[in-house]
Amino acid sequence: MSADAIAPKPDLSINTDLAREILTRFIRSEVTRTGYGRGVVGLSGGLDSAVSLILAADALGAANVLAVRLPHDTSSPDSLEHAQLMIDALGVPSKTIDITPMVEPFEQRDPKISKARKASIMARMRMIALYDQSRDFNGLVIGTSNKSEMLLGYTTLWGDMAAAIQPLGDLYKTQVRQLARALEIPAVIIDKPPSADLWSGQTDEGELGFTYEAVDRILFLLVDGRFSPGACIQAGFKESFVTRVADLMRKNQFKRMMPPIAKLSNRTIGYDFLYPRDWGT
Amino acid sequence: MQLNLALAQVATHLGDVAANLEKHLHLIKQAKSESADLVVFPELSMTGYVLQDLVATVAGRADEDNPRFKPLIAASRNIDIVVGFVDEDERHRYYIASAYLAGGKVLHVHHKVYLPTYGLFDEGRFFSPGDSIRAFDTRFGRAGLLICEDFWHASPPYLLWMDGADLLLFCSASPGRGLNARDRLESAWWVDGVTQAYANLFTSFVAHSNRVGFEDGFNFWGGSTVFDPSGQRLGQGPNFEEGLTLAQLDLTQLRRTRTRLPLLRDERAELVQKELSRILGKST
Repeated sequence: MSADAIAPKPDLSINTDLAREILTRFIRSEVTRTGYGRGVVGLSGGLDSAVSLILAADALGAANVLAVRLPHDTSSPDSLEHAQLMIDALGVPSKTIDITPMVEPFEQRDPKISKARKASIMARMRMIALYDQSRDFNGLVIGTSNKSEMLLGYTTLWGDMAAAIQPLGDLYKTQVRQLARALEIPAVIIDKPPSADLWSGQTDEGELGFTYEAVDRILFLLVDGRFSPGACIQAGFKESFVTRVADLMRKNQFKRMMPPIAKLSNRTIGYDFLYPRDWGT
Repeated sequence: MQLNLALAQVATHLGDVAANLEKHLHLIKQAKSESADLVVFPELSMTGYVLQDLVATVAGRADEDNPRFKPLIAASRNIDIVVGFVDEDERHRYYIASAYLAGGKVLHVHHKVYLPTYGLFDEGRFFSPGDSIRAFDTRFGRAGLLICEDFWHASPPYLLWMDGADLLLFCSASPGRGLNARDRLESAWWVDGVTQAYANLFTSFVAHSNRVGFEDGFNFWGGSTVFDPSGQRLGQGPNFEEGLTLAQLDLTQLRRTRTRLPLLRDERAELVQKELSRILGKST
């Protein structure tokens, strides 16, 4: 036996037909069993929300899914256009809600507001608008978060992560891209750089400092493969990169859970009061 | 002799025993109308799977005094039935259980022996493990019941084989997991492979009834199967879809397969016993 372990080779390829079948059934089951029959998707013009929208329309019927475009003055004009491509292709009802006047009072209150604060406000304003539409349309908010951004914490707590269900939450960004190709989403949407679109020229990969192609392979090894950081380095990734990814995962655990409740009684929500969401249905 | 077998792939209502009972009675009727002799429901078919604190609420005995069981026992006068439920013993321990009902009686109850408590599973937190693996006689010959993780271990099917079972009935509520480039989930491949392997290794009939539907984010893939003693696939349920899968089992196949391949005749259980005793540190 050689002392050197074999370098792992991450393979993130997925069967997109199977993914589509499971996720469509998941959305149908988890929306209808709550007594709803409709869904609301915040459509950014990007890849993830385009995939969520198609799956939701497949699951619930196009007429039962409301696509909501939530532009801000600083959003890229392409975003609105790309979102419209999806709305037209699917024939889903849609609404456009400009969040600029909702964000403005915060800027006026504090002219020195940082870019990061403003970005969080924008993400949370979109959440408020979506949940308002959820009431109005009588449909559940279908999330668009993927596994990469959840693990890295590249998301706004109670903002873009807020949803009733997360169909894409166990697919890495590069896997969502595979699914998007199979769903025949227009190439302009698939091929453009992923962006939270919170300021002009912002891209995920520019802000994070690495590509999803690279980070997904590290995450896949660490999380799915249960390999050590050392094995990732052996697989050819820089030590500083692997360490940064592992740190981001750990530091953002709080974003992936409900706030801890201080236990006092014999039966406490989350610890020993345990019921699934689908309780009784 | 022929056994018309029906595997009932149901999507259960989580914690709603009354709704599940109704679904059972409907499918039992349908199986009977399609000339089935035996209908096998999946693991925890009366209650749902991720029960957590619902366990005590949905638990009950498999007897006439239990209003949720009485109609099933009555229905078994016309057709044999395997049903999944939460059993509660006299001292209030809860078990994942499957009951074989026939002729208006409870013929056998199996308590799940291996409770997976790792990864996505948390059964050991809520249930007591069963402590026996026994074959039992039916009008179709000697049979054995196992529940999901029981047959992920090789010894329970082996023990049933040694106890005389020629018909192995497996019930599952198996959450699908392991998406990769293949056309089925990893867990589905695994279960399909081992159930077929047991039919081959034990030259016995093996039927697997697996549920469908969702519980929160868990999917249950269905894909129920029946294999004959030569490992030939006699029945294959659809993936993810609710419904009955019917298969005709020619029970005389046992004789033909075992004449060709006398694995049962040549099996040396006493050698297994001797070596196990040694391995476990006891003198023989």
